[in-house]
Amino acid sequence: MSIMVTPGSDGRFGEFGGRFVPETLVPACQELEAAFADAWADPMFRSDLDQLLHEYAGRPSGITECHNLSRKLGIRLILKREDLNHTGSHKINNVLGQVLLAKRMGKKRIVAETGAGQHGVASATAAALLGLSCKVYMGEVDVSRQELNVFRMRLLGSEVEAVTSGSRTLKDAVNEAMRDWVASVETTHYCLGSVMGPHPYPYMVRQFHRVIGTEAFEQTNELLGTTPDYVVACVGGGSNAMGIFSGFVDTPAQLIGVEPAGGAAVTRGQPGVVHGMKSYLMQDEYGQVAEAHSISAGLDYPGVGPEHSYLASIGRAHYPTVTDEEVIEAFQLMSREEGIIPALECAHAMAWISREAKNMQGKTVLMNLSGRGDKDVGQMMTILDGLK
Amino acid sequence: MTGKIETALRRTIDAGGKGLVPYITGGYPGWIDSVRACAANGANAIEIGIPFSDPVMDGPIIQQSSQVALDAGATPISILQEIRTLDVDVPLAVMCYYNTVFHAGHERFAESLAAAGVSGAIIPDLPLEEAGDWCTAADAAGIETIMLAAPTAPDARLPLVVARARGFVYSVGLLGVTGERSELSSTATTLAARVKKVTDKPVLVGVGVSNAEQAVEASRVSDGVIMGAAVVRRMIEGGSEAVGDFVSGVRKALDAATW
Repeated sequence: MSIMVTPGSDGRFGEFGGRFVPETLVPACQELEAAFADAWADPMFRSDLDQLLHEYAGRPSGITECHNLSRKLGIRLILKREDLNHTGSHKINNVLGQVLLAKRMGKKRIVAETGAGQHGVASATAAALLGLSCKVYMGEVDVSRQELNVFRMRLLGSEVEAVTSGSRTLKDAVNEAMRDWVASVETTHYCLGSVMGPHPYPYMVRQFHRVIGTEAFEQTNELLGTTPDYVVACVGGGSNAMGIFSGFVDTPAQLIGVEPAGGAAVTRGQPGVVHGMKSYLMQDEYGQVAEAHSISAGLDYPGVGPEHSYLASIGRAHYPTVTDEEVIEAFQLMSREEGIIPALECAHAMAWISREAKNMQGKTVLMNLSGRGDKDVGQMMTILDGLK
Repeated sequence: MTGKIETALRRTIDAGGKGLVPYITGGYPGWIDSVRACAANGANAIEIGIPFSDPVMDGPIIQQSSQVALDAGATPISILQEIRTLDVDVPLAVMCYYNTVFHAGHERFAESLAAAGVSGAIIPDLPLEEAGDWCTAADAAGIETIMLAAPTAPDARLPLVVARARGFVYSVGLLGVTGERSELSSTATTLAARVKKVTDKPVLVGVGVSNAEQAVEASRVSDGVIMGAAVVRRMIEGGSEAVGDFVSGVRKALDAATW
């Protein structure tokens, strides 16, 4: 039996997960759970989704062997190229699935939260394609550091609301999207962007991203004749990591989820409950949720998906941290050495690989390049100018 | 076992009256005086909010008051300590988000409420399916766990929710977060009537009950009302005096109405 199971109706992964939502949302979560189970088992739904993933999103995404970095680091580095998907990241996999499902459920509208804007752009894209209206909540801090993505979402016909409460980042955008959903649940689907939130989201979003791991398993097997020694991905909520881990969780590969030092739920958190789930959570001595601080808006989150907490608790995956300085270095390293500008989120995975390469000499390392860095060049230009 | 909150509400309801439960954000500057003002002006029980960093069921007014309280250094412990000093003879319930409870530990939190003289707890992000362990600890400590019934609940769900409720059933007045509305949602009376059909416990309407007129309207089908944002806005704008005037006005309207 796989370590990644289908959770029961309690939505638990070990002690983590669950459904800690206002009573108003319980029936909606139950309805979504049933609708997803029905759709996932329906060959018509699956073939519609596969067709969209292929013809619209451009799947399968390739893998790239990084010869220059491999030589430099003394490892064999392979990238899974989720950055080449339509809209520039892995987020489209989940969004196409959820919006197709929302439509099947008769919903007319979706709401979404976004940090860096990648999930917001993907949601706006899928809503435009499939004819649903879309409202995206984004923390005010992120609106200013990702203004191009705000423009993209509006261009795609979505409404973007800047969230001014709390830390004005991803966690507060989730709060505001949930508040909207409490009021609009009868017509609206909450298109949650990561493997987090109340059951069935962590499970459902993982299933929609399984395609990353399934493809990568076959692709690396063909290239290497075996599985890689390490599978590395960045972790905020943890959707891209869960996607690629799903292909390797039952193999001998070491699974590494890299968190930002300022948003390290697994390393610095304790079990807690927020946003509908029980998971590792950065919090103070009274259980107030801590504000995360990361150079990357997409990882600026004090919690983590509950299945990651489970994988950490049983020792199946490890969750080291990297600093913003290491990330800035890795962002430039990958750009210079491979001609690939990574998203700042993925630069976290690269930073860990670069730092730990000395302990992995001769090993094969598969990294999920979950998004491209175009959205980050403005911010990086400012940062690098400041370092001069 | 019938707890203090249910007993207090029943006393009023059995005498032909309606229950009035105002909400005050704990830790907001001057909040203790506002609790006293509620007690002195006809509240049957008082709900005290323990501020949380991520209050997903709350609209702008209660979010704002919570943030002010947190910025002023309010903690669950400091609020319970202040509650100990209260000299009101109206039963108190806390309203808090589940991480506050989970982080402290169920038994420890329930016992700390009881030790502070609190009679009940409302935990809006702890639905029935997740509430078992807390409810066991709360029952053991003599804390009444007030369950929420939502407009979205199918008929089959309501009896399960009310069976677990202690104190009273909190009938959610609309689809949405706390805050004042210009009119009482038709959902409020529809749901309250559905809940009344399946329980003998007191049923109070809360969320979106904004003034005396709406309180009377909601009470036509329920046993009374909980009022949050409307009270807190007055605390923010005019302190305990404004709170007392408002609560007194609602009390008078409820007492003057014929049912």
